Amino acid sequence: MSGYRLPTGGHINRNIAIPFSFDGKAYTGFAGDTLASALLANGVKLVGRSFKYHRPRGIFTAGSEEPSALVELGQGACREPNTRATMVELFNGLEASSQNRFPSLKYDALAINNLFSPLLAAGFYYKTFMWPAKFWERVYEPLIRRAAGLGRNAGLPDPDFYEKTTEFCDVLVVGAGTDGLAVARAAAAQNGRVIVCDEYPAPSPPDLPANVTFLPRTTVFAIYDGGTYAALTHLPNASPRQRLVRVVAGRGIIATGALERPLVFANNDLPGVMLAGAVADYIIRYAVSPGRNILLALNNDDSAVLIPLLAAANIGIAGIVDTRRKSSDLVYRLAREADASVFAGATILAAQGRLGVKSAVIKQHNGTMLRLPCDTIATSGGFNPNIALTAQFDAKPVWNETICAFTAGMLPPCARIIGKAAGQGINAGIEPHWHSGFSPGKSFVDLQNDVTVKDIKLASQEGFCAVEQVKRYTTLGMAADQGKTANVNALAILAEARGISIPEAGTTRFRPPYTPVSIGALAGAHKGKHFKPVRLAPTHEFSQAQGAVAVESGLWLRAQYYPRAGEGWLAAATREVNTVRNAVGICDVTTLGKIDIQGPDAAKFLECVYTNSWASLPIGRVRYGLMLREDGFVMDDGTTARLGPEHFVMTTTTANAAKVMQHLEFCAQVLWKHLEVSLISVTDQWAQIAVAGPKSRATLAKIVDDPFDVSNDSCPYMACAGLTICGGTPARLFRLSFSGELAYEIAVPARYGNALAEKLMQAGAEFGIAPYGTEALGIMRIEKGHPAGPELNGQTTAHDLGLHKLLSTKKDFIGRTMAARPALTNPARPTLVGLRPEDGTTTLRAGSHLLPIGVPATAAHDQGHVTSAARSPTLGPIALALLADGPARLGEKIRVYDPVRQGDCIARVVSPVHYDPAGTRLHA
Amino acid sequence: MRIACPYCGPRGLEEFLYTQDASVTRPGAGATGQDWVDYVYIRENTKAPRKEFWYHSAGCHAWLILTRDVVTHEIMAVDLP
Amino acid sequence: MRYSALSLLAQALRGHTGWKPAWRKAMPAPGYDVVIIGGGGGGLSTAYHLARHHHAGRIAVLEKGWLGNGSIGRNTTIIRSNYLLPGNVPFYELAMKLWEGLEQEINYNAMVSQRGIFNIYHNDAQRDSYARRGNAMRLHGVDAELLNREQLRREIPYLDYENARFPIQGALVQRRAGTARHDAVAWGYARAADRLGVDIIENCEVTGIDIENGAVTGVQTARGAIKAGKVGIAVAGASSLVAAMAGLRLPIESHALQAFVSEGLKPLIDNVITFGAGHFYISQSDKGGLVFGGDIEGYNSYAARGNLPTVEDVCEGGMALMPMLGRARLLRSWGGIMDMTMDGSPIIDKTPVKNLFFNGGWCYGGFKATPASGYCFAHLIAREEPHPVAAAYRLDRFAEGKLIDEKGAGAQPNLH
Ligand SMILES: Cc1cc2nc3c(=O)[nH]c(=O)nc-3n(C[C@H](O)[C@H](O)[C@H](O)COP(=O)(O)OP(=O)(O)OC[C@H]3O[C@@H](n4cnc5c(N)ncnc54)[C@H](O)[C@@H]3O)c2cc1C
Ligand SMILES: [Zn+2]
Repeated sequence: MSGYRLPTGGHINRNIAIPFSFDGKAYTGFAGDTLASALLANGVKLVGRSFKYHRPRGIFTAGSEEPSALVELGQGACREPNTRATMVELFNGLEASSQNRFPSLKYDALAINNLFSPLLAAGFYYKTFMWPAKFWERVYEPLIRRAAGLGRNAGLPDPDFYEKTTEFCDVLVVGAGTDGLAVARAAAAQNGRVIVCDEYPAPSPPDLPANVTFLPRTTVFAIYDGGTYAALTHLPNASPRQRLVRVVAGRGIIATGALERPLVFANNDLPGVMLAGAVADYIIRYAVSPGRNILLALNNDDSAVLIPLLAAANIGIAGIVDTRRKSSDLVYRLAREADASVFAGATILAAQGRLGVKSAVIKQHNGTMLRLPCDTIATSGGFNPNIALTAQFDAKPVWNETICAFTAGMLPPCARIIGKAAGQGINAGIEPHWHSGFSPGKSFVDLQNDVTVKDIKLASQEGFCAVEQVKRYTTLGMAADQGKTANVNALAILAEARGISIPEAGTTRFRPPYTPVSIGALAGAHKGKHFKPVRLAPTHEFSQAQGAVAVESGLWLRAQYYPRAGEGWLAAATREVNTVRNAVGICDVTTLGKIDIQGPDAAKFLECVYTNSWASLPIGRVRYGLMLREDGFVMDDGTTARLGPEHFVMTTTTANAAKVMQHLEFCAQVLWKHLEVSLISVTDQWAQIAVAGPKSRATLAKIVDDPFDVSNDSCPYMACAGLTICGGTPARLFRLSFSGELAYEIAVPARYGNALAEKLMQAGAEFGIAPYGTEALGIMRIEKGHPAGPELNGQTTAHDLGLHKLLSTKKDFIGRTMAARPALTNPARPTLVGLRPEDGTTTLRAGSHLLPIGVPATAAHDQGHVTSAARSPTLGPIALALLADGPARLGEKIRVYDPVRQGDCIARVVSPVHYDPAGTRLHA
Repeated sequence: MRIACPYCGPRGLEEFLYTQDASVTRPGAGATGQDWVDYVYIRENTKAPRKEFWYHSAGCHAWLILTRDVVTHEIMAVDLP
Repeated sequence: MRYSALSLLAQALRGHTGWKPAWRKAMPAPGYDVVIIGGGGGGLSTAYHLARHHHAGRIAVLEKGWLGNGSIGRNTTIIRSNYLLPGNVPFYELAMKLWEGLEQEINYNAMVSQRGIFNIYHNDAQRDSYARRGNAMRLHGVDAELLNREQLRREIPYLDYENARFPIQGALVQRRAGTARHDAVAWGYARAADRLGVDIIENCEVTGIDIENGAVTGVQTARGAIKAGKVGIAVAGASSLVAAMAGLRLPIESHALQAFVSEGLKPLIDNVITFGAGHFYISQSDKGGLVFGGDIEGYNSYAARGNLPTVEDVCEGGMALMPMLGRARLLRSWGGIMDMTMDGSPIIDKTPVKNLFFNGGWCYGGFKATPASGYCFAHLIAREEPHPVAAAYRLDRFAEGKLIDEKGAGAQPNLH
């Protein structure tokens, strides 16, 4: 218990007391406190246990670079582990607890690791735990995993909301310190739009011109290409909890200041050891003194400002250890004024104490040791320009010998770095002091990952010489603080171990994000049902009203089946198929891609993209087309209708709609740009409904307007026409059949989708019309042997699908040359066939493999697989399959092998067209 | 990355799709098998700035030819095919 | 010195002063029988297997930077052999078998952890295509199970079963799959190869390949010319650049892939899990970080970093699959360069230049291949004929149309 609240000062509001708890114990702080400052004010020093050795840890900094004071915040689903106490603004009822300790913070069982620490040197785990081999997963690894990690994730869905926005500005200023604000004002004077971000809350917002937007609590955590900056705004106690802001800026100005680096000495991780600048911050911002008797250890003049601060606040000064050979006039003067003694040329060797600092051991310039009682050690090893953001972006930092620090190298395009971040005005009079040599006890370089001076030396001894290797071998700088307080010290120690200079030792790269960002914020609203947008079919309301069960099909929701009372999916689909086969059914097929193709060269264009011929297609007719990729494999198929001399409408499969559109645009804009043709996707503009079944003509006849004639003579199979229906509604009619029955597809402007479905239902009522869903659709297309998604899987050729006759030899088309390669037409390739179970009843499953009967089930005998399977109401179980040399094997028996679902049966190879192979029904 | 679409203005990377190197051209009549293999499969893939096809998929559907440095990601030019 | 609990104890008592460098800092000799270009997983494993199984003479590995700087030290550490196509399954299964005995073989704990991989499926078609894959694996003697929703839920209860945009229906599982500590694989192979006499030469960029009369004679490097009887290229992301030194043009594009790690957490995710309705996969490291990733950036890149849209896309996938991730924080993201081929599968083959061999095109999946990649490449270099399990990885398969296209995405590398 050493920290306390000073009687005056600070940017806190002493009129607003805020109750909070830490490890179940109640405390009070003030508005404006952080959890860290409030804990210090309440005399709490010990806040956590370290990662590897479970050593007691306290509060080390006052900012986002905090390596030690990580706590779990909140309860239940809201529990947030590894939260830096220095960045949490105190709020009413805040509940925090320490982490990585058992059973309690004071008595942590795994602190025993500290005893075994000689065994746990850097990389020890690479050298052992190898015997017996099976023990790794069963014994060693579970133990290691349990011991590792810091905080506990709630393991429950995050109940909070997050949002994302994009902001545009001429100038983005990162950091609202004196330098940042000055630049922002200057930029604003040039009339641009300026945004200033700062990761800290601003107790009183700075006075800025109207064209400057100030975003407090906003960390710019990464720079990406094209002047895109990623920032995260915390909205304390609000919903959304956090906001991801993508800032697109003409220019970026990095004014992120400098971060202090600690001195490295034995037990420098004890609670009570802090950065000198942090001690100053707690006094100035929060009116908190971390201790009553503070020892200051420094190697530069910048941190001497702490001396008068301590004196002014009547805080005891245990002494000033200045590691420089000669202390500066400034330090002497300030010390004299504060009545404090200076130990010039001295080294701080160790901190002492069990759960907090009780004293420090120093070696004086004459070599004598001295023990100085103190409760806090404020250390400063100089400052590092805060260049993390620029260093993320490929720019190697450059060592500046004068200020003993790295500055930004090459900058991202259109970015500038200014002030302390650029190395200006820091490290006056610095004389580097990288570590205090070897003394008993551990000297920590990286507090968060428990990496010591010895670890770095050991890594270098074992040949891990490059700094990145040291980092990976020791885990230095890989914790949540990315080694903000550690890396430069580590480099210096490595350089010393290897007998080379610091710049020769290299630098480690900072990586985005600057400070950790919750995954929830990066996802924003895109979770649960909102993960991706939903596309609703234009008959969605109708199908809902009809009780359809909906299924995801890409982004679309489609009607899967329309169960009636007591029906499961199979019963419903079976009934729906029977309705189509015997009467008439309707099904929304809007999701198939529709591309409107117009222009004098439209027909020529189709010749280029389809394998078969198009010029001869008469107006008012539809043709099936096959499309290849340029590598000769099948890309997509569908029908295209000719509505006029220069006007076609193409349909694509649902899954490939966007891909085909992109492909056609490429052909039109790049490959054959001299062709006069224009394309537009009209998938969402037209609601299209299949009307299928022997009674489809009779049904349609009731809704088409005169004089349109739906008879077979005037509207034969594969005819199409524009017309009006239901008294003037414009429509398109295509006599197409996916089901194999007499069938039509009728399209109306999308807004009439529901109405058309209703009208069709009324018109067909007398014939027993019913809507059918994708299940019934799938069964009927398998019965007819039409290839669909599982057959058009990007691995099949026209030959494989039995469509080689569609490859014209009279013209060039996409994929023609590559499709002719022998490997793509080899008869031994698996080719489309049909299958029927030999016993007539066993269900066939897609994904089963095909093997000859009586041979071992090994890959050597694998001859293909079942692509699609269904239970046909008329034929029983049927399937489509790709079978090596398939067409030559009709009538053969084959083993259908499905070990992952315990399936194994015999089937007979048949034609893929299971139903009405002569096609008489669809021509009816 | 931001791409200045000649039709739509500067837009974010997420609106575009890259497909392929724009320095290869589709072989015409009389091309050999090797020409086709080169066109479909073989890429220079050097570290130098290069021309490449991008599609403004979430925008105007224009195909663009970017001249882009594959090391710095700097975009030197955006042209129409 | 052999690594063991005993040697560790002995060294601990002596303040660890006796450990020697894991591998010698070798100086380049004037010439070698075999030079391997690239000190990543593939190159080191090749050198090790050459020295171990073949009388290949003097061997050197030439590494441009520090050992392990490439993708071997940047990947998301997943190892698996759950492939579909006959060209791939036996190869990756050989790798899996080698992983299973790796640590004892090379005397280095690479933390091979067979925690199982769960590929989640979300609809019937995806289930059937996973069944096809699982059955193919079983035919090759590889373990595979297909779980339905209830079975999956019993094993992994924390996925979004109730409110998902794309409902979770089950998973394809390979229990022998898992993760390994990527850096340790490089260091372990380096140490083992070094002990067999291989010279591992860091900071030795190859800048030219010397060819006389159609045969390779040596390489030019940042540290001078080195003569070589045979040269093997194993430079992954730099494949096109190094191959060009020998006048070769490849069916490869270089793309960037990002990876992500969260802050250290107590054990939360026990397996490797992949999302089937977006680009997201995740596992938890022994240190406690959630290691996750998603799709490649989509555009050619030689910069080992990515952009924000992918970061968002990956995290959206993560939240859609396991909404408990909301309050876990992304700690670090980074990128690496992928040698993406035109069919998504690798190449291990001779080249038109005599005594010059090529290993590359690993896409985003070469880590899991590491032991077999080296095993088969060593076989090819030493015997000048492909190892049977890698026989399909030929350079001329593109011209011939004998593609190994697991995804059916065609000749567009960024879609694989
Ligand atoms: C983010 C990310 C995640 C990944 N996740 C996985 C995963 O989960 N599972 C998986 O199986 N795979 C994964 N991969 C892919 C896998 O890491 C790579 O395919 C594999 O590591 C490549 O083989 P390598 O180890 O030999 O390559 P590298 O480690 O890249 O080795 C190539 C070496 O060649 C050197 N080199 C280059 N040019 C020269 C030259 N001119 N002279 C000398 N040396 C040169 C390089 O410096 C480098 O060290 C991932 C990759 C990345 C980047
Ligand atoms: Zn546009």
